[in-house]
Amino acid sequence: MTSIGTGYDLSNSVFSPDGRNFQVEYAMKAVENGGTSIGIKCKDGVVLAVEKIINSKLLVPGKNKRIQTVDRHIGVVYSGLLPDGRHFVNRARDEAQSFKSIYKNSISVPHLMDRLGIYVQNYTCYNSVRPFGIVSIVGGIDDNGPHLYMIEPSGSCWGYSGAATGKGRQLAKSELEKLNYEELEIKEAVKLAAKIIHLAHEDNKDKDYELEISWVSKEFTKGRHEFVPDDLLEEAKKFAEEDDDEEEEEEEEGDEMQE
Amino acid sequence: MNHDPFQWGRPSNETYGAYNHQIANAGVPDNTTHASLDAFPKMHTQQPIITGTSVIASKFNNGIIMAADNVGSYGSLLRFSNIERLIKVGSETVVGLSGDVSDMQQIERILDELETSEEVYDNDGGDYLRAANVHEYLSRVMYNRRSKMNPLWNSIIVGGFYRDRTPFLKYVDLVGVTYSSSTIATGFGSHLAIPLLRNLIPEDKDYVKVDEQQITKVVEDSMRVLFYRDARSGDKYSQVIIKLDEEGKVVFEFTKEVKVENQSWRFAKDIRGYGSSQQ
Repeated sequence: MTSIGTGYDLSNSVFSPDGRNFQVEYAMKAVENGGTSIGIKCKDGVVLAVEKIINSKLLVPGKNKRIQTVDRHIGVVYSGLLPDGRHFVNRARDEAQSFKSIYKNSISVPHLMDRLGIYVQNYTCYNSVRPFGIVSIVGGIDDNGPHLYMIEPSGSCWGYSGAATGKGRQLAKSELEKLNYEELEIKEAVKLAAKIIHLAHEDNKDKDYELEISWVSKEFTKGRHEFVPDDLLEEAKKFAEEDDDEEEEEEEEGDEMQE
Repeated sequence: MNHDPFQWGRPSNETYGAYNHQIANAGVPDNTTHASLDAFPKMHTQQPIITGTSVIASKFNNGIIMAADNVGSYGSLLRFSNIERLIKVGSETVVGLSGDVSDMQQIERILDELETSEEVYDNDGGDYLRAANVHEYLSRVMYNRRSKMNPLWNSIIVGGFYRDRTPFLKYVDLVGVTYSSSTIATGFGSHLAIPLLRNLIPEDKDYVKVDEQQITKVVEDSMRVLFYRDARSGDKYSQVIIKLDEEGKVVFEFTKEVKVENQSWRFAKDIRGYGSSQQ
């Protein structure tokens, strides 16, 4: 990498002569190795999903949740350094709570994203701190309908219809690009989320993963951010693995033919 | 009218004579300066403004019932008739508030914040908020405020379940006093409704002998009696029943706009000073 040895990558808040901030770019590297996270915005809600890599058999299945709730109507998922993510969520909660204590109304998703963008960007401006090692995907419903945003270590924050980050992001993004977001309904989106995470896991097949999916929907969760119910999660998992079996069978058949 | 900043809006002395500051015990004297205003002791709530009257509540064999009407009074004026004074907190707790309505709204916000930090943020499925937790929290808030000589002007009843699924009912008020009982009422209800409720449940332990139908009937009667005799009450109330179904799952029934039925005002004509003044 061109940055090494030039000295411009040692500190935050210093540009290289060609106008890059290397510390921020390194932070992105931390994200690229994390488990894949995705978000889907459909016409009646938002779905968040994450591929939770199981690092140890001793971890209790179904615990150590990765998707978190910021306010009743907003959820977050992120890839990268998990403690950085926890800190980010704490800040998001504080912002949501302080907004409510002043205005007696829940914060809107775009407004929360504004504030968080500013917060994350601040960590690129001082050499006493390092940028956040996460890319987070934030989704929720407010008076203006569903919203989905993604924040990067640089502090840049964009609205998306479908967002992906982490190790399998390339594959996930190409899958997300195939969807029709105007027509997509949330129950379908839950299944697709499971499928996309499943496909994205191909890159990382040597490790097991656990699937976590949450949703926000006017119809199914009364505008609250919640984990999807167990039966729907099972249905989604089944849907995700359906084509697998066919492929395997085809492969097996192919093998037999060769023999 | 006097336009001096310290006298603004007062009738002018020339026309009406000097104002007698004794009238208002916290009056601002004529020789007031900014400095002397700062020196004046800080004032806190000294009486409620818009008020809600009684809340009544009782245990029964597999749950609790609570009722409160929808009136907000401004002194003796029936100012609002759409005030909801029963609040659902978490999944199986109800909080009923009488007293100052603005303080009630403040408590509503405090409880909303509590619910957010204990339930919404918890996504690993830990233990959840129960009535006992909510009551203890509120009692700390109320005592803390009274110790600052700035009370939240309310009497509060919290109803729900203990961890072992026995009914929970407990009271806390503006000075931080708490007690629990099988039948609790605030305000006028403690004079008018408690005797009726205790007819059915004479001693604390007797609530187990009373079923939902019996207690609902007595609560209905109590709300009627309160409407007859409490001049700050209304004929429309909200009622919450929290109970266990056959499988032991909590059922939370929130009924709004219950009417006080079967009214009979025949007794009124025999009472001097009640209703018509033809006597």
